[in-house]
Amino acid sequence: MTENIHIENSNWRLRKGQIIAAKQMTATEKWFDIKLEDGELDHEPGQFVQVELFGVGEAPISICSSPTKRGSFELTVRAAGRLTKHMQAMGKGDWLGIRGPFGKPFPVKLMTGNDLLFVAGGLGIAPLRSLINYVMDNRREFGKVDILLGCKTPTDMLFGDEIKEWQKRLDVNFSCTVDRTAPDWKGNVGLITSLIPGVTINPEKTFGVVVGPPIMYKFVIAELLKKNLPERQIILSLERHMKCGMGKCGHCQIDHPKNYYCCKDGPTFTYEEVKESKKL
Amino acid sequence: MNYHILMKGELDGFVKKLAKKMKVCAPVAKGHNNYAFEEVTSAAEISMDYIPTILPPKKYFMPPREKMLDFDISEGKPKDAANLKAEPLAVFAVHTCDLAGIQCLNMVFSEKPRDYNYLLRKESVFVIGLECNKYCDSNASCALVGNHYPNGGYDIFFTDIGDKWVIHVGTQKGEELVESMGLAKASSADMVALDKVREGKKHAFQNEIGVDPKKLPEIFAKGTESKVWQDVGNRCVSCGNCTNVCPTCYCFDMADTINLDLKTGSRNRTWDSCQFETFAAVAGGENFREERANRQRHRFYRKFKYPIDKFYRSFCTGCGRCTRTCMAKINLKDTLKALAAEHK
Repeated sequence: MTENIHIENSNWRLRKGQIIAAKQMTATEKWFDIKLEDGELDHEPGQFVQVELFGVGEAPISICSSPTKRGSFELTVRAAGRLTKHMQAMGKGDWLGIRGPFGKPFPVKLMTGNDLLFVAGGLGIAPLRSLINYVMDNRREFGKVDILLGCKTPTDMLFGDEIKEWQKRLDVNFSCTVDRTAPDWKGNVGLITSLIPGVTINPEKTFGVVVGPPIMYKFVIAELLKKNLPERQIILSLERHMKCGMGKCGHCQIDHPKNYYCCKDGPTFTYEEVKESKKL
Repeated sequence: MNYHILMKGELDGFVKKLAKKMKVCAPVAKGHNNYAFEEVTSAAEISMDYIPTILPPKKYFMPPREKMLDFDISEGKPKDAANLKAEPLAVFAVHTCDLAGIQCLNMVFSEKPRDYNYLLRKESVFVIGLECNKYCDSNASCALVGNHYPNGGYDIFFTDIGDKWVIHVGTQKGEELVESMGLAKASSADMVALDKVREGKKHAFQNEIGVDPKKLPEIFAKGTESKVWQDVGNRCVSCGNCTNVCPTCYCFDMADTINLDLKTGSRNRTWDSCQFETFAAVAGGENFREERANRQRHRFYRKFKYPIDKFYRSFCTGCGRCTRTCMAKINLKDTLKALAAEHK
């Protein structure tokens, strides 16, 4: 007659994950490899998890590893808030609570057979890496791949070892720029937008995937539109404070006529979907 | 036609019998024209003629502070468990605006991924509605959104027809209660009296802002840059009272509490408010609704635009609480009128 609700199945229950490897990447960013006790996370590129430190609280973190890597998943965390500062002190063997994966992934299937232009600013490389590595592991399915990376200074660069690999590979074009240079830096200096005019784009069959701080979107999108890239082929991953991941708590709602919840309707959007937003 | 009656003099017996079966909560006068839903055991404690309570009955479905998980980190690997035993509860004399509010929350929390805490509490609440035969005060706008008449959402529903109440039975649970109380069936004369009350309300209640409610989504679609929001934002003090008292505001925050043993604790949900400055801020420093005007606009859009697109219904129930409670005298009806005047 009435539904029998089993509270023990609550969506707030946490899966338990153990850190199997951790590495300080920069002064403020730390990388973690996490294994769930009860199997795979089974995510898709571009999704996020809620990380719980019992007694501290919970925060949404982008998954930075590709689902093609099985057995564990990776997070790169900047010490920005309360939880992420606590995470800096954590290492191998420590346990976390995990909910998720949440969110709409990058539209990998739509991208198949197309050229890809990845534009990452700062920590934006973390969520984008889940897709870049997916593409690397399925390289034959995609056309030309360009990766543009922008950082504040050379020491802020994340995934340095992998970037060296990308630079060596013949099936990927990689370029990088820093806002402020350092004595031993031999690469580009300037904003990430300065790299875009140099990329050859076939607007018919290219997806631009842009992830970075909110300020970056406006300028990068303007450059991509100049290259005649259609709005629906520009993919963004937006940042909001998702507190529940279930489209309820209200914190991540985007000021947009369509009432998007970043956690459910995003975090990945086409520019066409979100161009009316007050802030990206 | 499942209608019963309860004589006014028999209310105390009804409440006492009900209180033997389950906890009963009803509007209680708190002075200065304030009312609150509180536990009662007799009719003498209840105000049957009341203006909307300070907090709506949402507090029984989604408490202001609620434990979602217990955890234990005394061993290496943390343990957690979701525990909730919702006791049977009757909420008595719920106005039609608040019935609508509960219906709105039901939709939100039943949408997948579902919220088990909410659903479990919902299952344990027995809802007894009460019809308003006249306006509670001039802050209400229930006729605008069609909530001056009952639109379901109750187990049983009381309408005052003079010396007695006609009780409509809405659910099987309601039927079982009415039968166990031995309430008499309504006569044809009672039904005539009920029709008369309803007919009288057609004149007593009029669209409070003089704008066709069907046009509101369109007005809101055009009104994102209206100066109304700037005006409201200039007066708002971001106290969050409007969202706390709103029967359909459900935004929340989650936080951990750790016990003094530093080994056990809980994850708790508390009401949050989109009016607070940091509500849409992220750790990196960006704040996506920094201006009070944006936050007030957001509140109005979450009542009159977004939920109509998503759930096909207004999330303003017309109860008038936000207007009554606002320290800055931000008036919902005036705001709507000003917005509509701009976009006619």
